[in-house]
Amino acid sequence: MSSNTRAAQQHYVAPVEETPLVAIDAVKTEGKPTNLWTDAWADVRRRPMFWISAAIILLVVVVALFPNLFTQVPPNNDCQLSNSNGGPTAGHPLGFTKQGCDIYSRIIHGTSTSLSVGLIVTFLVAFLGIVFGAFAGFYGGWVDSVLSRLGDIFFSIPYILAAVVVMSVLSQYASVWTISLAIGIFAWPATARVLRAEIFRVKNSDFVTAATALGVSRVRILMRHVLPNSIAPVIVITTISLASAIVAEATLSFLGVGLPSSIMSWGNDISQAQRDLRTAPQTLILPSIALSVTVLSFIMLGEVIRDALDPKARARR
Amino acid sequence: MAGYILRRLLQAIPVLLGTTFLIYFMVFAMPGDPVIALFGDKTPPPQVLEAVRQQYHLDQPFIVQYLLFLGGIFRGDLGTSFSGEQVSDILARTFPVTLQLAAISTVFLAVGGITVGLVSGLRKGGIFDASALVVSLILISLPIFVVAFVAQYVFGVQLGWFRTTVGAGAPIQDLILPAMVLATGSFAQIVRLTRASVIETDGQDFVRTAASKGLSRKRIVPIHILRNSLIPVVTYIAVDFGVLMVGATVTEGIFNVPGVGRTLYQAIIRGEGPTVVSFVTVMVLIYLIVNLLVDLLYAVLDPRIRYVK
Repeated sequence: MSSNTRAAQQHYVAPVEETPLVAIDAVKTEGKPTNLWTDAWADVRRRPMFWISAAIILLVVVVALFPNLFTQVPPNNDCQLSNSNGGPTAGHPLGFTKQGCDIYSRIIHGTSTSLSVGLIVTFLVAFLGIVFGAFAGFYGGWVDSVLSRLGDIFFSIPYILAAVVVMSVLSQYASVWTISLAIGIFAWPATARVLRAEIFRVKNSDFVTAATALGVSRVRILMRHVLPNSIAPVIVITTISLASAIVAEATLSFLGVGLPSSIMSWGNDISQAQRDLRTAPQTLILPSIALSVTVLSFIMLGEVIRDALDPKARARR
Repeated sequence: MAGYILRRLLQAIPVLLGTTFLIYFMVFAMPGDPVIALFGDKTPPPQVLEAVRQQYHLDQPFIVQYLLFLGGIFRGDLGTSFSGEQVSDILARTFPVTLQLAAISTVFLAVGGITVGLVSGLRKGGIFDASALVVSLILISLPIFVVAFVAQYVFGVQLGWFRTTVGAGAPIQDLILPAMVLATGSFAQIVRLTRASVIETDGQDFVRTAASKGLSRKRIVPIHILRNSLIPVVTYIAVDFGVLMVGATVTEGIFNVPGVGRTLYQAIIRGEGPTVVSFVTVMVLIYLIVNLLVDLLYAVLDPRIRYVK
């Protein structure tokens, strides 16, 4: 008879300390508490893709804010037609455009345009997407029906096409702000749909029921409990939408309905260079590389965040 | 099933009305007078201007124009472009080209994307998987016009394998290069979707059962894994068909493909409101029908999905 067994017991019962259930149920009390965000950060931190994309994005931001740190050559005023489509020379490492402007300087000075459009569109999309998605998902019923149908209308108009139409309407007022508006106004339904689906999942959780039982108001439940717990997929889709917005600006400028040529933009430069593809491909390729690397870094960042925030995606890795 | 179809059709009506109204509104708000633009440098006599305005109902208030247009659609009459051609005739001429382009593109996507995705998924974490991820991320990041120009330069100018412009009445093999370019945008999505789906299916009980029955991997992969992994992929490819026709605007412009995208873009630039609205309306109609078909297809492919809510 083991000392663990009491007199009345017929069978051996393992002491609580020895059962594996203790390990399963155990809550670590020492150390910092972890949640989705600290777990995600621990995961993200270990991945080289995160550091590479973060470094490129940091560089892009610094270039956009302080272009003069990187080039002393003015992008517009110093153009000599005698240099038209010329190759690299001393002080002009990437050669010249058709107008004889320094390509390197134009790429550096065009950075802030792409980044501004990306950021403005992202804020617009996040704002509209969160407002529409949150109300549709949380209140359901006829609110959901109305908002979702409204989203469907914007969603089913071809994206670039809609922006082309808006930009044609606003052609006299074409600027970074109007182009961002034209893109953002048709880009939010995707975010709203993702958030709506997530809120549908979250709003039936026990902690929401508990909050309701405690008499917390509906608005407060939405703002303090439901929204913070459904925001993860929105962050992922927002990071990626920043990349798509940069591409959309370049596409519109390329089509000739984007920014006026007075505003320096990679899309404008690519558009200008397309006729000389055969004779001077570098004038088209170089701004394209700048554009693609920037977009790639935001997409990579979005990927890393998705993997970190979505346990299912992590398992697939 | 019939109830489900009816419900989906009813849901499509407000979307269609809203979409046409929104587009019509935006086109109507466009600056500049399309009638004056029509005459170019010449200044037409005011009577002629008035006559043209009346012919296209441009003298009517906006809402009347819209209702006239909507009435026309229900009668199958899509109006006349400013060049005097029936919009339905233009559509009849250009739509088959875009449809061909999108179809060839879809074939590339389906065959290439599913193959790469399947191999990546089966050898998760291997070298092939890692390189496929890198390549697909790069493909996502390249704007379609960059891909188009690089392809045009490398395959058309340098290697001379393809003609760089397609033009009217071109043989179908001229569409191969534009179709491949068109496919690059969605290629990465198909690869990752297939990969994720294959990995998930590979871990299912029925795959383990098949293996424990002694079936060879050669049989398990196509019959048990691939077939069951294809449901979301097929759905995505079908939905993407609509996206491909939209992406065709840029690609058709660069490769001079005489399809809907190029015509549509030219109509926008010229401010031909009714033509734009007709084209977009038809596109949205197709998009909605494709979506409906996809939902039904989904229900057929996967019996677990109930189409009765």
